[in-house]
Amino acid sequence: MAYSNAAFAAIADPTRRQVLERLSARPMAVGEIAAGMPVSRPAVSQHLKVLKEAGLVSDRQDGTRRIYAIDPKGLGAMRAWLDQFWDGALLALKAEIEREADPANGKDEDQ
Amino acid sequence: MTSGSGSLAIRPAPVKKSVSVKASPEQAFRVFTERFDAWWPRSHSIGESPLKQAVIESKVGGRWYGKLENGTEAEWGDVLAWEPPRRLLLAWRIGVDWKYDPDLLTEVEVTFTSEVGGATRVELEHRHLERMGEGAEGARAQFDSDGGWGLLLRLFAEIAEQAS
Repeated sequence: MAYSNAAFAAIADPTRRQVLERLSARPMAVGEIAAGMPVSRPAVSQHLKVLKEAGLVSDRQDGTRRIYAIDPKGLGAMRAWLDQFWDGALLALKAEIEREADPANGKDEDQ
Repeated sequence: MTSGSGSLAIRPAPVKKSVSVKASPEQAFRVFTERFDAWWPRSHSIGESPLKQAVIESKVGGRWYGKLENGTEAEWGDVLAWEPPRRLLLAWRIGVDWKYDPDLLTEVEVTFTSEVGGATRVELEHRHLERMGEGAEGARAQFDSDGGWGLLLRLFAEIAEQAS
C-alpha cells in the first residue's frame, strides 16, 4: 500500500512514538529511555532498532553505553513526513489526470 | 547540551516517487500545472488558515503558493524550469521550522515520460533535503516545540489511524 514505507511503519506504533518523544528532550541510553515506560528494556531496544532502520534515530558508542538520539535538526522526521506527503499528492494527481483523460470515469464531459 | 551531536546528524536521501497514469504526457503535465488546485490535497498546506486555492504560475520564475481562506498567501517557492510536457522543476523553500525561507533551496523535479500503451510515468524527486538543516540553529528548538516534532507525530498518528 501507499503507506508501507519504513518510517511510516516505525512511527505508527504508539510505543515508538513515545520513545521518539522522550528522545526529543535529549540523547539517552536504552536504560534511561525505558525508565518509566510500561515496556521492558529489551522491548525498547527492539523499538530503537526499528526506528534506527527507518532513519528516525541514530546511535553512537559512548564507553560501554550506546547513546540514541533523534536527528538534532529534525531532518529524518521531515524526510519521513515528505515521503508520506508526496505519496498522497501523487495519488491525488493520478486520480485527477485519469478522471480528466477518460470522462467516462468521472463527471467531466468536455470532449 | 550535546556538543558532539553533529556526528549524529542524519543526511536524508532524496524522496523519490513514481506513478503511472492513463493519459499522455501533455495531459499529465497540463493537469499537474493548470489544474494544480483541482488535485492538490487540502491537507498539504502551511499557514495559520486553511488552504483555499493552490497555484503554480506557468513560467520560469513564477511562484507556487497557496491562497488561504483568511486572504493571506503562503509562499512555497518558485518555478526553476518549465519544459512542457516533459519536465517541471520547482523550488521548495519551506524548512524544518515550517516557515518559508527565500534563502533555502530544495528542489522538486517532476518528469513525464511516455510508456507503452499510451500511459505516462510521472516521476517526482524531492532532493537536497539536507539543506533544510544548514544553519538551522533554531530548528532543534522548533522541533522540540509542539509545532515541530509534536505536529509531525500527530500527523503520522492521523495517517496511521486512517490506514488501519
